[in-house]
Amino acid sequence: MKRLMLGNEAVARGLYEAGCRVVSSYPGTPSTEISEYAAKYEEIYAEWAPNEKVAAEVAIGASFGGARSFCAMKHVGLNVAADPVFTSSYTGVNGGMILAVADDQGMHSSQNEQDSRHYAAAAKLPMIEPSNSKECKEFIKAAYEISEDFDTPVLFRLSTRVSHSQSIVEECPRDEKPLKDYVKNPQKYVMMPAFAKSRHIAVEQRLEALARFAETTGLNRIEWADTKIGVICSGIAYQYVKEALGEKASVLKLGLIYPLPEQMIRDFAQKVDKLYVIEELDDIFETQVKKLGIACEGKALFTKLGEYSPQMIAEKVLGEKTDYRTFDEPVPMRPPVMCPGCPHRGLYYVLSKLRVMVSGDIGCYTLGATAPLNAMDTCVCMGASISSLHGFNKARGMQDRSVAVIGDSTFMHSGVTGLVNIGYNKGNSTVIILDNRITGMTGHQDNPTTGRTLKGEEVPQVSIEAVCRAAGIRRVRVVDPYDTVQVETALKEELASPEPSVIISRRPCVLLKSVPKKAPLAVDREQCRSCKACFKIGCPSIHMEDSKASIDPTLCVGCGLCASLCPFHAIGAQEVR
Amino acid sequence: MKTKSVMIVGVGGQGSLLASRILGHVFMAQGFDVKVSEVHGMSQRGGSVVTYIKYGDQVFSPIVEQGEADFLLSFEQLEAARWLPYLKKEGTMILSTQKIDPMPVITGTAQYPEDIVTKLRQTGANLVAVDALSLAQQAGSAKATNTVLIGILSTMMPFAKEHWETAIRELVPPKFLDLNVNAFELGRAAAVDGAKMK
Repeated sequence: MKRLMLGNEAVARGLYEAGCRVVSSYPGTPSTEISEYAAKYEEIYAEWAPNEKVAAEVAIGASFGGARSFCAMKHVGLNVAADPVFTSSYTGVNGGMILAVADDQGMHSSQNEQDSRHYAAAAKLPMIEPSNSKECKEFIKAAYEISEDFDTPVLFRLSTRVSHSQSIVEECPRDEKPLKDYVKNPQKYVMMPAFAKSRHIAVEQRLEALARFAETTGLNRIEWADTKIGVICSGIAYQYVKEALGEKASVLKLGLIYPLPEQMIRDFAQKVDKLYVIEELDDIFETQVKKLGIACEGKALFTKLGEYSPQMIAEKVLGEKTDYRTFDEPVPMRPPVMCPGCPHRGLYYVLSKLRVMVSGDIGCYTLGATAPLNAMDTCVCMGASISSLHGFNKARGMQDRSVAVIGDSTFMHSGVTGLVNIGYNKGNSTVIILDNRITGMTGHQDNPTTGRTLKGEEVPQVSIEAVCRAAGIRRVRVVDPYDTVQVETALKEELASPEPSVIISRRPCVLLKSVPKKAPLAVDREQCRSCKACFKIGCPSIHMEDSKASIDPTLCVGCGLCASLCPFHAIGAQEVR
Repeated sequence: MKTKSVMIVGVGGQGSLLASRILGHVFMAQGFDVKVSEVHGMSQRGGSVVTYIKYGDQVFSPIVEQGEADFLLSFEQLEAARWLPYLKKEGTMILSTQKIDPMPVITGTAQYPEDIVTKLRQTGANLVAVDALSLAQQAGSAKATNTVLIGILSTMMPFAKEHWETAIRELVPPKFLDLNVNAFELGRAAAVDGAKMK
């Protein structure tokens, strides 16, 4: 049957059809849905690991155990997983193993724009890149073949536009792969100097074999058309090139993007008049092409920033431009905001009011950095809020009032180690854990604190309080972020205390189906004095209408935070006009 | 056939994912190649969101660019102004007249432009403006605004009504089916009598 599928769904379909048995991942846009779709197949064991390093290690172990295994993450997740990944290159596999990494060109939902292709060369692992959903599925099957034929984990590079675009995929039956035998083989699987030295030889030999394979594999292909222009490209850039240049250019489309087919590139370059290398982000192909002594146009013409598009390519290569209408007046930006009723809002309102230094982290709550709350000073990576706050306070001797804010899932991911460091090294920081009972930003994934697995099974919850106490933090308390008075009291007390502390700001994400929605509130125009106290919380459902506050009933979920802050009691449950 | 494009723009959380899935389903049922591009993650949280649906004999790029959309469905006025450049010069914009203030307007650092509908018309663009939110509420829920807009669009595209109804039946959960069928019919009726358009 043919169906429209997201690239991510097609990857999961590929896993199913290729006989994959074990999936372990940590959610991260744009990779998240792969594991969610994979979990729907009974034949696949799929789980959310607490972080990408754990997930990669689970996949490695499953491969050692003889199963075809898989692990997905976003680009920055590969930084977390890099340690086991680099050494898994030395051990190789037993069952085939694929590690998917989704880049986010244009930073739709990320803190940086790093190019994961660097990892392939650095870890000496083959990397495959599909350009649409059909290839997402087919290339997964090819990747498992490569993994088992060449005894190597395979990196599978995705991008936002491939992962989150739907295109047509034909479904095929599953090819059940029996579990391979596990045979103890310390020379291959115990990486200590004596054994690793011989494995490094195997890695280099493997790369040479893969380079020969790259010349003949169907993953790389040439589409001949007019030979005045030749383009080397891969992934989503290939789709842009085809749309922009059509029959006006011949294309060398790379599916195996590391190692590259050098002879194929030489032959292609010889037959075209002018050669372009069109690749989003870094000049990785271009550098390798130039290393072969082949002249080409690349980053001198195309940016290293953001996403490309067909029009950009048509303009730079053909000099063609498209005409369009314009709206000749400034159009205000519409940045993402915390949802109406978001439990983080009350907490940030207090942080903003108390003007404390806020060491931030990655999640929905990073939006607390935006106006009008402006309640975040720093945000680097998953888990950095706690550890970098400790460094900040050690440097400045607690002369600033400061807190870390981190979500429940991010705390499990890599916040725990930072907290252990505070307990161990006589820190005095105050850490706020924003426990909304779910992994929010990526679209509601369970984590060890929610008590449910990716497969939907009920399991014991990891207690955040117990973890904090075990880390040596004696002052651990829980507040309700809808109660700003309680939050303010707790914050003042913990900031004043001479020892480290944790405040758990606990209330479930308002978007969870289990959270009952209340009727929208309304402003009594007679009572409203236009003081704008309710505007300080940055709720998108509150705006000015005829110089009085007004609440959009289609957005408001009746959380009552604004009502609790109105000095004139002008906000209530009833429609008063 | 040359590739055709539909864009759906609005504010994160307004339900453009269902609309794009219905369109993708209809186009695929006609035997076309189809691509749909969505945005997930942080941008979804009340930000400006855009979905692209393209169909034709062979579709390459999943994205739509300036001057390319044959149809542009906007859930909100400011978003219509923002994405106007993406409309093909001879394309048609279908606009729900709902207004949602973005945070810079709420905090007072920016102004919500006045008379957007009039100004959009002045650019010479083909514009169909309708209070789709009221029609959706009439159908039973504000959440059905997307299906009202789909109803209007369906009268402008060369595919029989049954194909649209089939797509809605296959994609909408049974619990919300009547609501969405009603919303679809109200959209079609509004397009036909023209009186509810501004």
